Amino acid sequence: MIPRVPMSADQDKIVSVHELKFVYDGNVQALAGINLDVRRGDYLAIVGGNGSGKTTLAKNLNGLLRPTSGSVTVNGVSTSEQTVAELAKVIGYAFQNPDHQLFCSSVAEEVRFGPLNLGYPEAEVAKKTELSIEAMGLSSVKDLPPFSLTLGERRRVSIASVMAMDPQVFILDEPTTGLDARETDELMDSIDRLNIDGHTVVLITHDMKLVAKHAKRVVVMSEGRIVLDSDPGGVFADLELLLHSKLVPPPVAQLAHRLSSLGVPREVLSPEELVFHLMAGRGARK
Amino acid sequence: MQALHLRDARFRYKGSTGWALDGVSLDVEKGEFVTILGANGSGKSTICLMSNGLVPHALPGDLEGTAEVFGLDVRNHPVAELATKVGIIFQEPESQLFCMSVEEEVAFGPENLAVPSDEIRERVDWALELVGMEGYNDRSPFSLSGGQKQRVAIAAALSMRPDMLVLDEPAYALDPVGRVELYRVLKELKEHHGMTVLLAECDSEEAAKYSDKVALMKDGRVISYGKPRDVLGNPERLRALGVTPPQVSEVSALLKERLEGADFSFISVDEAERAINEKFTNRKRGREQ
Repeated sequence: MIPRVPMSADQDKIVSVHELKFVYDGNVQALAGINLDVRRGDYLAIVGGNGSGKTTLAKNLNGLLRPTSGSVTVNGVSTSEQTVAELAKVIGYAFQNPDHQLFCSSVAEEVRFGPLNLGYPEAEVAKKTELSIEAMGLSSVKDLPPFSLTLGERRRVSIASVMAMDPQVFILDEPTTGLDARETDELMDSIDRLNIDGHTVVLITHDMKLVAKHAKRVVVMSEGRIVLDSDPGGVFADLELLLHSKLVPPPVAQLAHRLSSLGVPREVLSPEELVFHLMAGRGARK
Repeated sequence: MQALHLRDARFRYKGSTGWALDGVSLDVEKGEFVTILGANGSGKSTICLMSNGLVPHALPGDLEGTAEVFGLDVRNHPVAELATKVGIIFQEPESQLFCMSVEEEVAFGPENLAVPSDEIRERVDWALELVGMEGYNDRSPFSLSGGQKQRVAIAAALSMRPDMLVLDEPAYALDPVGRVELYRVLKELKEHHGMTVLLAECDSEEAAKYSDKVALMKDGRVISYGKPRDVLGNPERLRALGVTPPQVSEVSALLKERLEGADFSFISVDEAERAINEKFTNRKRGREQ
């Protein structure tokens, strides 16, 4: 029996995953019983090593894959009762490799494609297209073919085309792979802004520095299971668990661990925080 | 004779108007571990491709200046010849693995050089052991983890018995533990087998830890070249170049700002731990006296 949850908490949940198992080709178990609630406004990072089940879980959230057993509900309705198109209005998914989803002759065409297919009237399509192109900083390249752009720009096109469908949740699969520092900062600024504007963001990544800097909640996956669900500080404080999950905490978190005798807490996430605690500890001893 | 010797080298890909390399001078000595850091489009990959002659032979264009690999002008020596000296490994291991088994993959290069089969077997075992993949001979490369695939790609390059390994963002698709495994193998190859290692990266974290020297690139030029400590100490400058600085160097910069007389310049976690402990424990002791 499913336990009853108070109404307010229920409304807060946008995605609810219950005992989800997923098996590829009848024999490779990628997910071994996942329980997870994604709440409205979450900025959630799903982290784990290669092959831990991150992408399989994401594809179960947007209906690209359907549970082998267990359930995924989106806004209270099981994904098995919704089409991928219906789910796409709620859950936007940007692929790890943007070239897997780009195929039109111009950036603007690419971004229009989604809302047009969802049957929005032309004026609405035009508005959503323009807003998304602007939000992703692509106005100056909107008439160019996507394949003439840099990888960083192509990733922003793939996110803009998801954004144009106006989803409540953005699932971004390894959005910064292959980007340099500046391209990463630009992209993450846009993603932060989506969250500030009230969208729910699910970031799939194994870049721990990125997680420390941007996510507000972290789910650690290992061998098809969720092994920890916490705020970022709590995750980096657990070195053993991270290593077991094929993850390495960011250098600043490693340093914080080694400086605990100087009053630096283990939950430190940024260079600024670490220096703050060092200086505070120094002040306290004066 | 250097492993790589570039002097005022310029290269423009056929059909392109801009110079991908615009006057690069860079020397990599034999046995050195050198990392090239720079933003996407700064010219890192072009240097990698030039090191075994793919530029200009497979990817043609205009090449000016000096470009020598182990004393051989890359213009006059085909890829087949340079490939016996330089093994190249790309971002995604999938793009270069294609055989049914790990053993076939690693044997492919020497087989094509008509190396006798006894020696091929020897080379395959040697290469797999070096990368920590012994016993995986019969496995399909596609059943392996990302880190293991990348190590098989390195073994395949090693079986050609190269003097230098060149890797273009080899950790691109690897999880953090896969990254650690990869760099451990490269360090072992350098320290115990005299291998010259040349790497291109956007993130300086591993460069700080493993490299003898680091080159910073901008717009087709090397703008700084030296020991990691001398090149990677200024996080602001690295960011401006599109390079992720070593995270603890930001701690170092912040402490310098806030503590009078502090002369921190650490770029690794170990150094940071030592320097901070020394500074802060001394202060404490000083006050207690």
